[in-house]
This record gives sequence, structure tokens and C-alpha cells, in this order.
Amino acid sequence: MSGVIEGRDGPWEMVIGLEVHAQVISRSKLFSGSATEFGAEPNTQVSLVDAAFPGMLPVINGECVAQAVRTGLGLDAHINMVSRFDRKNYFYADLPAGYQISQYAHPVVGAGSIEIELADGSTKRIGVTRLHLEQDAGKSLHDQHPSKSFIDLNRSGIALMEVVSEPDLRTAEEAGAYLRKLRTILRYLGTCDGNMEEGSMRAGVNVSVRRHGEPFRTRCEVKNVNSVRFVMQAIEAEAARQVEVWESGGTVEQETRLFDPARGVTRSMRSKEDAHDYRYFPDPDLLPLVLDEAWVAGLRAELPELPDAKRARFVAEHGLSAYDAAVLVADQETAAFFETVAAGRDAKLAANWIMGDFFAALNRTGRGIGDSPVSAAALGQLLDLLANRTINGRIAKEVFEAMVDTGESPASIVESRGLRQVTDTGAIEGAVDRVLAAHPDKLAEYRRGKDKLFGFFVGQVMKAMAGKGNPALVNETLRQRLSA
Amino acid sequence: MSLDPATVRRIARLARIHVENVEAEHLARELNGILGWIEQLNEVDVEGIDPLTGAAQMAMRLRPDTVTDGGIPELVLGNAPDRAGTFYAVPKVVE
Amino acid sequence: MLTDLSLVEARDGLRRRDFSAVELTEAHLDAVAALNPRINAFITVSADMARTQAAAADAALAAGEDRPLLGLPLAIKDLFCTEGVRTTAGSRILEPFVPPYESTVTANLLRDGAVFLGKANLDEFAMGSSNMTSAFGPVRNPWTRRGDNRPLVPGGSSGGSCAAVAARMALGATATDTGGSIRQPASFCGIAGVKPTYGRCSRWGIVAFASSLDQAGPVARTVEDCAVLLGSMAGFDPKDSTSADRAVPDFAAACRRGVRGLRIGVPREYRSDSMPPEIEAMWQQGLAWLRDEGAEIVDVSLPHTKYGLATYYIVAPAEASSNLARYDGVRFGRRVEGEDLTDMYERTRAEGFGAEVRRRVMIGTYVLSAGYYDAYYLRAQKVRALILRDFTDAYAQVDALLTPTAPSAAFAQGDKMDDPVAMYLNDVFTVPASMAGVPGLSVPAGLDGQGLPLGLQVLGRPFDEETVFAVGAVLERAAGFRHLPAIWAGAPA
Repeated sequence: MSGVIEGRDGPWEMVIGLEVHAQVISRSKLFSGSATEFGAEPNTQVSLVDAAFPGMLPVINGECVAQAVRTGLGLDAHINMVSRFDRKNYFYADLPAGYQISQYAHPVVGAGSIEIELADGSTKRIGVTRLHLEQDAGKSLHDQHPSKSFIDLNRSGIALMEVVSEPDLRTAEEAGAYLRKLRTILRYLGTCDGNMEEGSMRAGVNVSVRRHGEPFRTRCEVKNVNSVRFVMQAIEAEAARQVEVWESGGTVEQETRLFDPARGVTRSMRSKEDAHDYRYFPDPDLLPLVLDEAWVAGLRAELPELPDAKRARFVAEHGLSAYDAAVLVADQETAAFFETVAAGRDAKLAANWIMGDFFAALNRTGRGIGDSPVSAAALGQLLDLLANRTINGRIAKEVFEAMVDTGESPASIVESRGLRQVTDTGAIEGAVDRVLAAHPDKLAEYRRGKDKLFGFFVGQVMKAMAGKGNPALVNETLRQRLSA
Repeated sequence: MSLDPATVRRIARLARIHVENVEAEHLARELNGILGWIEQLNEVDVEGIDPLTGAAQMAMRLRPDTVTDGGIPELVLGNAPDRAGTFYAVPKVVE
Repeated sequence: MLTDLSLVEARDGLRRRDFSAVELTEAHLDAVAALNPRINAFITVSADMARTQAAAADAALAAGEDRPLLGLPLAIKDLFCTEGVRTTAGSRILEPFVPPYESTVTANLLRDGAVFLGKANLDEFAMGSSNMTSAFGPVRNPWTRRGDNRPLVPGGSSGGSCAAVAARMALGATATDTGGSIRQPASFCGIAGVKPTYGRCSRWGIVAFASSLDQAGPVARTVEDCAVLLGSMAGFDPKDSTSADRAVPDFAAACRRGVRGLRIGVPREYRSDSMPPEIEAMWQQGLAWLRDEGAEIVDVSLPHTKYGLATYYIVAPAEASSNLARYDGVRFGRRVEGEDLTDMYERTRAEGFGAEVRRRVMIGTYVLSAGYYDAYYLRAQKVRALILRDFTDAYAQVDALLTPTAPSAAFAQGDKMDDPVAMYLNDVFTVPASMAGVPGLSVPAGLDGQGLPLGLQVLGRPFDEETVFAVGAVLERAAGFRHLPAIWAGAPA
């Protein structure tokens, strides 16, 4: 995915910006006291405010403001100490008031940035234009009745943060990396669960194409794409469509489109025809949102360590590679798991175990880190058994699999199955002597100079000791005997 | 700035108010009368003046994040002209 | 007759057990039954509810309870949502609407023991100065010109509230004022009316017209009655973000303060050659009364108030165009079916809204639309800032302002209907205070040559309603307004 589209008349470059709607984690809605839980019965989490009954008024939820500010701080963004709420006016069946309360002219959070990591190991800083708070709309169900649409307002009024990026993205891969990184940051902050399947994170993709060096051409917005994969597919599909339009002598019209994942194409949206005249104006039911310096400072002080900082620390403190560190910090639970395992132990070994056998076991068992069959403490105990030479590396893998299967502690597995490493030199010497005696021909070959047979002898000795021989002692003993 | 019947129809569409073509002419005249009178504001020097959005001169209070409302589907739906179970019903929308 | 009593007199009579709350309410229900067919002041009469409330009030009185409005029958402007009682805002689109909730202001009145006779007529969505725009028919002013029986308008938008009180169908009423909708009809109907400071009364549960201007207030036949009612209506409400978190003063006590030592401003821009001489004379008379009572009269300038009305006719329709978007036939109110969703919206709103509401929604939509926002709405907000500055500057010099309430007395039903701008000019004296959010009161000061009441307007500093009441009460005592309208409960047949 180079981001370059080879057209009939030469290459085109993609220009991509993302508008991400992230549902704020809060108990109640942005301007009403209704609950926000997902999946409730239709219209049961609706107040008369959410349904825009006559005379109903909005009162802002302080926690939603705090969540937006935390997110702004997490994006290294400017916090606007005074912001406002505007009304965005349009008619739609799931927009009860006929307007959405949003922050148009004066958002609570200004410019910030997100660093993304790409597959080739490079990084790129993507500008965040702004973050603002707004209300979600309700939900229309169009497939329940032949001539009617059904409206459920449970979602109406839930707080969303809209995070708008600069048009700094140039490939679908970058867009995917941006989305994943933003999701990671939101999850670290605890401001959005990032669950795209339940719609708590939705992306709008602004796509245009241009010849190299040109100014921006007209963009289209592909709305409500609900997975990272679909975002990447939608970008490719929309860019290809636009190239086709331009190259066939047409003009791309600025419009809102929808992505059809089944067919892999975007199509024009019919229902938002006068979307371009929203008649924004300051909501007269609300007052300016004025933040207190000390309050913001308090939120800043309580921020968790964020992925970029954690990654840098893992590299500096634990000596991990940048790649390993990035993999481990992508998820807060994984990072915490790693830190527990690595505490007082060989951190690189811990990282290798987590990213190797541990991740493989999670995949195989279909479990997540939260319900993993092997706890961080147990994995740490296993590494301790390795470090104090109770077991060797090969046996460790066997013990680990037994831990996954049984959930037993590594020590009890080692004891009950007699897997303790043999470090008794007498026993090792006996095994070595028996192996050499059993293979006189190989011994002769070795003596004639076939050095690589050393490995054969190691293998035979370990086999004879059921894998429990201390590898270093086995090597040393063999070398002594062979050179004698 | 003067409204023609086409603009009146566009504004009526934005406001979702059905206007017959014959009405548009009459409405345009009426609205132009009002707008013409309003244009006296153009003589006011507003250079450097911050707009006043409301009469309340204070900052916004923040509400605690507690669930205090909802769970009243029959009140929410009780006045609906058309409903299906606990949904509101409207003419089918094609997206 | 019990309907002759002022609200305070009725309260005292109930406390003395001179009569019962049920008797008081029945007297007013009789007056409503007798007069409403002529005056059309009520859209909905809630007689059964009133009787139940009155009986409960008698029980409470017997138990020794002493609540400020216990057993006092009131009319409620049909813009206040009342639980279980149809609330129409004077519009066809809300004709079937029964709110499952009680507005904060009316809930406060019920808490204090008031009895609700019914819902008072008004201009549709409070948009009007004549009460001609109600979908439930015009209200007739109980007053007529001497020797001329043609029906006059009661003013608007709180025309039903004011007519009901003037004709003695209610002891007092709730009203709302967006650009003059309490003060102008109070003036036309010869009663007192108070628009408090923006934020003094909660807007929660009041059908919104223009949110940054709407403010509830009382109308009654005396200034003190208004003070008692406002004391109950007002108060901080966490459900309204624009509600002021301030203690409610004893407004009734303020009515007895007098004006000695107060500085009363006369805004010179309110004078014009077109002002009828009778109104100019009434104004001068008012200033003389205040001077006689020890106030100092000071000339002040409010240079931008002349732009108040034009500013208002941008700001109010803009907010209204958005506030009224919720009337779409989906969740409440009337629906007119159409070919599709958009057609349903357009037919519902075209048939549900009357001509004046449609006109204002269109104007508001236009001034907010792409390309016109800066020229109209933003400019209006800047002029609004200048208007507020004018008041702030004036209040650095004076404690209150005195002006006429309206540029004319009540006019005939049907007049000015073909010229919206001429109709809007009714509010020329009341709108500036609405734009600035400052409190105002209209008190009847006398009759014009045709026998129609004229009101004087007192404006005060933000949240200083007490001074406004003090000045209003002095004017009321000096004027000694005892005239009766042509139609009133107890009038000789």
C-alpha cells in the first residue's frame, strides 16, 4: 500500500483525514440524566430531554467535560479554557430536537497530535485539528416494516467526542495505524472503550486524490465506517472511484457517501441532501463552558502513563527493542502483564515469552489477557524456575503448556511430573559415557574431524536424560570426554 | 439583500414548511418588508464589539454524572402520533 | 364579590376564614363560565382540578398551614407545561399535547398552594402583540373605547392571562415575556405585570420561543399581588442552565420601600415626535409623582435602544426557528401524513403552524443560513452587546428607568394584521430590556381620552426587582387607578 494510485495518465496521491466519533465513557448522557448502557430495550434510556419535549432543557454532565479534557491532554493538545456549544440544525427522524448540540466555533480541545508506527518501523506524527463534545443521535431501524422506519432514542444525547485529524494521512495503512493508535490512547485514558462493533467508535473518512505537488482537490466524506479494516477498504475504494471520475473528465462533487463492505464500494447518501446548511449558532439554552485552571491541572496530574511514554520507558528501563515495546504497549493490560512478569526478572526474556508462547496460547484457546489461563504471577514463577536452573528452557515450554491446560502452578507441575533439571555431574557423566559407548562409529567419525556430530551427542544425552539435563553441564561434560 | 420566490422555497425547504408556489411570491414580499426594516442595523458601528449570545452573564454549572432519568418509555411514547411497540414510527426512510 | 378582591386581600380573607377556598374558586369559575365565551381568555378550563385543589387548600387551611398562595385561583398561560392538562402554546400543532410533567414555575405555585383555573390563551408560541395569532381564536380585551363597542385586542402574547385578570376571572396569572409579552398586554388591559431579570424564573417546562429572551413573570391587578406571585414563581432551578443561583428576596416588602433618594432615569431616546401626546403627558405625570415622593429625575442616554426592535427581530426568530424544529409530528402533537418523511414534516409544519409562526421561522432560518449569518445574526448579537452596554452605563448613574410601556393604547381586533412591521412596533419600548435581560414592570397609570388604560414601565438593574417593585408601588399609589373595564365579573348586567 504505497498510497499511490497508478492512473491511466500517471500516478495519483491520496489525501486522507479522519473524523472519529468516540463515545465518552460516562454513566449518564451529555445533557440529561438518562443511562448510557449499550443494548437496552428501545426507548427505555430516554428522558423527556432526550426526546426533546416542549420546554425541556439541557444541563451539561461534568464528567463528560472531564473526559474530553483528559483526552485532549492525552493527545498533547491545547485545552481551550473557554468553549461554547452550538446548535447544528437539520431534520432527521432520529434527531428529536431538530438540532444536535455540538461545538462548532469554539471546541473544548484545540490542536494536538498522534504519533503512528508503520510496518517498516518508521513513525509519523499526524496532526489533530481539534476535539469537541457533541450529542449522539438516536437510531433508525429501516428493516422492521414495509413502509415505516422505527426510531429508538436510547442513544440520543449520549456524549461523543469528535476527534478531527489534519489531512496528513497518505495511505490506507497510515489511516489504519492512526485509528488503532487513537483507540489505544482512548482506552489507556479510560475515556472511550473503542468498541467499533457496538458503535462506540465510528470513523468518518475524508478522501481526496491529487497529482503530486498539486493543492488539495475536492474531498468526499465516507460516513460511519465501523471497523479499521473497513476504513482501509473504504479509502482504497473511494480513492479509486475519484481517480476514475477525474480521469474520465468528470468532477468529484463534495458529498457524503456510505461504504458498502459487501460490495467494496462507496455510494452517495440520499437522505442528507441539505446537509450543507446546518445554520450553526450558539445554543441559547447553555452558557459558555469555562474551565478552571486548577481543575485541569488536577486531571493532568491523574493521567495514566500513555503508550508513547510507556514504550520509551520499556526501551530505556527494560532494554526492549522499539518493536517489542510497541507490541507490548498497544494494549494496557498486556503492558501491565509484562511489567508484572518482568519485575525483578530478565525483561527481554519476559517479553519473548509473552509475545511468543503466551500470545500463541491465547490465540489457540481463544482467550483474552483478562481471562488468560496463565496469570502474570504464574508466568513469572516459571521464569524464576528457569533462572534458578530448576528447569531448562526445553522443559519450560513443556511446563508452560501444562500450565495452560491445567492452570496449575509451574512448581507443582515440575514436582508432580519430575521435570526438575539434573545438575548432578555424576548422573550426567554416566549418561555421556553410555551414549559414547552406544555409538562407537559416530565417535570414530567425530574423532576424524566431523565436529558437527557434537550436536548429535548432545541430543542423544538429553534424550537419555528425558530432556532434564542441564544443557551447560551436558555440553561441558561431553567436551571433556570427547577431547580426552 | 432581497429574497426571491426561489430563495423563499429554499428557506421553506430548510425549515421543513410546505409552501405552495403561489404562496412563495406573497411570502417573498412579506419577508422582504421585514428584512428591509431590519437592515437599519447596518448603520450601527459594531467594529470590535464582541457578540452577546445571551442575557445570562455567568459560566456554566456542571452536573454530576449520575443516572437520574429515563426508564419511562410510556411517558416518552404516550403522545406519539404513531408508534410500534416501544418504537416511534415514521414514514420509511431510504438512506 | 369575591372576584373583586385583590390577590393579597383574598389571601388575608382566607386566613381570617371570611370565606373558603372552595367559595373563592367557585366564584372565579362562575366568572370564567360567564365571561370566557365573550373574552376567550382560556383555551382550557380545568374546573374539576381547580375544585379539587381548592378543597385541598381548605383542608390545609383548617390544619393551620400557611403557604403563600394557599387556595388562590390563578390562570396559567398555556405556554407552561402542566402535568395531565393539555398544553397547546396556542398552536394547532400542539392541540392534542398532554405533558407528563409540570413546569418548574407552575410546580412552585402548586407547592405554595395555588389553584389552577385553566390555561390562558396567547399568541401562537407567544409570537405576537395582539393575541390575534392564537389557533384557538383571538382574545377580546375587556376594555372598550368609550361609546364604541368594537372588540379591541388585549395585547400579546400574554393576552389571555391579562384579559382574565382584568375581567376578574382570576386573581392573577402566569405570563411570559420575550420582547414585551407581559408588559404590553398588562398595559393594554389596565393591570400590573412584571418581567423579572433573565434567570430569575426557571424556563424548564415552558414551551420555548426564544431561549435567550424568554422569561416568566406574573400579572395581577396590583403591584403587590405581582410581588407575592413572583416570590413563589422565582428561584434557582438546577434543571435550567441559565437559572440564576440567587436567593429570592421579599418582593412584597420591597413594595413598601418608597422612592426617597432614588435616582430615576429618563432615557432621552424614548422620546419621539410620533409619540401620542397623551402618552407623553402620562410619562411626565409619572415622573412628577416620583419626584413628589422624593426621587431625583435624571436624563440618561440609551443610544442603541432604537435598534432594539430590529435586533430582536433577528435574534428571536433565529432562536425560534431552531426551538420549533422539534414540532415535527414524530413524538408528540399533530401529524399530517405525507408521501415520505420530508413531506410529512413539511405538511405537518405548514398545517400545524399559523402564518405568523411560519413567517418568523422562515425569517429565523434565513438569517442563520449560509452566507447571511454574519450580516444578520452576528451583527444583531453585536448590537445586542451595545444595548446591554447602554443599560450598564445608565445604571451607573440611576437606580431605575421610567418609560411608557407601549406606544399606544389597545387597538381594534384586525388592525395592523396586514403589516407585520407595524405590529412589531408595539414592542418598541419593551424590547430593549428584554435584549439586556434586565427586569421591568408595567403599572396602570391612567386612561387615555378614549377611556383606555395606559401603562408606565419601570426598568431596573439585573436582579434588582426590589427597586422596580418599590417604584412601581409608588406609581400605583399615586395613580390611584380604580377604573373598571367594560366586561368584568360582577359588572351590572
